Amino acid sequence: MGKDVVADLKRDYISKLLAKGQRVDGRRFDELRPLTVETNFIGSAEGSARVKLGNTEVVVGVKLVTGEPFPDTPNTGVLTTNAELIPMASDTFEGGPPDQESIEVARVIDRGIREGHAVDMPKLCIEPGKEVWIMFVDVHVLDYDGNLFDAANIGANAAFKSTIVPAKRAGKGEDYPLPVLHQPISITAVKIDGKILVDPTHDEERVADARLTVATTETGNLCAIQKGLDGAFTLEEIFKTVDASRRIGAEVRSKL
Amino acid sequence: MQSSDSKENIREIVVPGDLLAISSKKAGPGTYSEGGKIFASQLGIKSVRPDSISVVPFAGQYMPIRGDLVVGKIVDIGPSNWLVDINSPYPSPLHVNEVPWRVEFGETGKFMSVGDIVLLKIVGVDEMKRIQVSMQEHGLRKLAGGMVIEVSPSKVPRVIGKNGSMIQMLKNMTGCRIYVGQNGRIWIDGELDSIVRAVKAIRMIEDEAHSLGLTEKVKELLEQSSGKGA
Amino acid sequence: MGGTPTDLKLIDENGRRLDGRRPDEMRPLKIEAGVLKRADGSAYVEWGLNKVMAAVYGPRECHPRHLQNPERALVQCHYNMASFSVDDRKRPGPDRRSHEISKIISEALTNVVFTEYFPRTSVDVYIEVLQANAGTRCAGLTAASVALADAGVPMRDLVAACAAGKVADTIVLDLGKEEDNSGQADIPVGYVPRTGEIVLLQMDGDLTPDEFGKGVHMAVEACKKISEVQRDALKRRYSARTEETEIGSAERSEAV
Repeated sequence: MGKDVVADLKRDYISKLLAKGQRVDGRRFDELRPLTVETNFIGSAEGSARVKLGNTEVVVGVKLVTGEPFPDTPNTGVLTTNAELIPMASDTFEGGPPDQESIEVARVIDRGIREGHAVDMPKLCIEPGKEVWIMFVDVHVLDYDGNLFDAANIGANAAFKSTIVPAKRAGKGEDYPLPVLHQPISITAVKIDGKILVDPTHDEERVADARLTVATTETGNLCAIQKGLDGAFTLEEIFKTVDASRRIGAEVRSKL
Repeated sequence: MQSSDSKENIREIVVPGDLLAISSKKAGPGTYSEGGKIFASQLGIKSVRPDSISVVPFAGQYMPIRGDLVVGKIVDIGPSNWLVDINSPYPSPLHVNEVPWRVEFGETGKFMSVGDIVLLKIVGVDEMKRIQVSMQEHGLRKLAGGMVIEVSPSKVPRVIGKNGSMIQMLKNMTGCRIYVGQNGRIWIDGELDSIVRAVKAIRMIEDEAHSLGLTEKVKELLEQSSGKGA
Repeated sequence: MGGTPTDLKLIDENGRRLDGRRPDEMRPLKIEAGVLKRADGSAYVEWGLNKVMAAVYGPRECHPRHLQNPERALVQCHYNMASFSVDDRKRPGPDRRSHEISKIISEALTNVVFTEYFPRTSVDVYIEVLQANAGTRCAGLTAASVALADAGVPMRDLVAACAAGKVADTIVLDLGKEEDNSGQADIPVGYVPRTGEIVLLQMDGDLTPDEFGKGVHMAVEACKKISEVQRDALKRRYSARTEETEIGSAERSEAV
């Protein structure tokens, strides 16, 4: 009820504008909203970033603690990603334990970081089989206007660049910068009336048929993809979106 | 740049708890009185009248008042009423007795469906804030086509303007049909490009509701955007 | 509290505290109103090293419905600490401490909000601590008051909050983290300047009645100053863009 009542009403309006090649906020189909990134925003975290992508605002915090490795990967650090879609950010977010949506967001962001080898996880091993660094990436959404995937991914990448491993506090020697290898950037697009729109606003997400998130690294290779919502893409649409993600991802990467 | 008028034109932003006057005048909207003093209860602009003191708030939920024209959306259907969302904390039932058609029990769905946009009048609000809406009056009806945007209800007077001057200018310069509900919902219909221009103008009014020379700025915006693709 | 023994000199020979403050000095406080787009009202507070965001939705339909009050609005506050807000990462989700703080802040705000104007509804207040350094409940209540006014919720007055405490046998104002950990008492106070009433009060530790009185008075004096900062933040939000209004805008004009 309330605010989202109007989102439905906009469906026609959005469609009519799209038919003329326009988006509600005047952007091109392949244009991102204004992006601002502030790092080292949270002193209590080992690394952090505050990202504003249009009216979507997220804070990403990186915390590192020592602990046991997973039995099947005894020589690498552990990465855990969590997303909090707190009710503050939108009247469409309910409080309580993570729902399917927040879990999907967290897992897709995690996949991009993990498969894109953003962090040199083997270097986070302290004593093989016994002790490693456990890295928590916590995404906190403050204001929601669509496209959490990209806002959070960009935030994570930005945070990693300035994260310091707190070795001293754990009695493991001197502090050192987090070993960053790559910058896997995700770019998300939605399909409405057969048109592909990059970086959807909340209104656009609400009326979209399907959604595609593609994460790519500096090499131009793909490391993670997620299709969402219950509509469908043609193969051609997928390949076009992948190309757009590689190109736009590179632009974003150059800004970090 | 102040007009040479009375002190009503002097802007004073007040915050809840601010003492507005020690007076026996009536405590108008946005204020409360205690011990012969009138205090602000909302953040807004102090407004002094001959017989009352009030605050024009910058924000706040829409609280229905009898006589208000509102743009609503049907969100549920019962056998003898339709439930209407009027952008207020209180959902409003529209009873079959309050529409211009004869509706048999259980046939409400034949006349209006969930999702329909309607132009209604508030005919009653009781102390428990139960709302009565009606479609009986001439001009009230289901609105087909067009689109609806929402502004903060506190900005509605600005969109309408003094004696309707602002809304009249919007309609004239865009050629759109526009209904402005007191509940902050605005229905716009016309050529797509004209709708886009009208929406831009309304967003400007919303953003700069309390600025000087707003009417001129809006006029300029509408002049600039006409004749272009939008 | 626990008066944990420490090597830190909480108060030095010149009467200065760890961060150089005098006993009756507050940490620097900055408040910004209207910082989020989606929420009906919001405020961001930086108080010492605390970073707290507050957002308000409502009055709106009350959820859960069974809590609805037929005569007045509920003020439901949800206080939460982000996992990266503290040195040792906190597991996401409310713990018993957050529930208690949520309750006492709800009660403080209920006292000043004109709840009788909105029967059967809920005013939902969200407080997120992004970075914590002692005094977060006071920072949260201070921010929440500003967010409520920003949302246009009718109130008798803003609530200002500040804590006093005892360290090294001295009554001090606005404890920092180390002082809170090693101190001898902590007194958070929520104050309504217009009426001079207290709407939030807790105490833990060991104090004589005199010490308690001194602490409360110190906190109240600070609250008066905090109230000015709150008011200034709200006025600043609009003063840049306000110059003149037409008398007609105060009237309910007929919609055409």
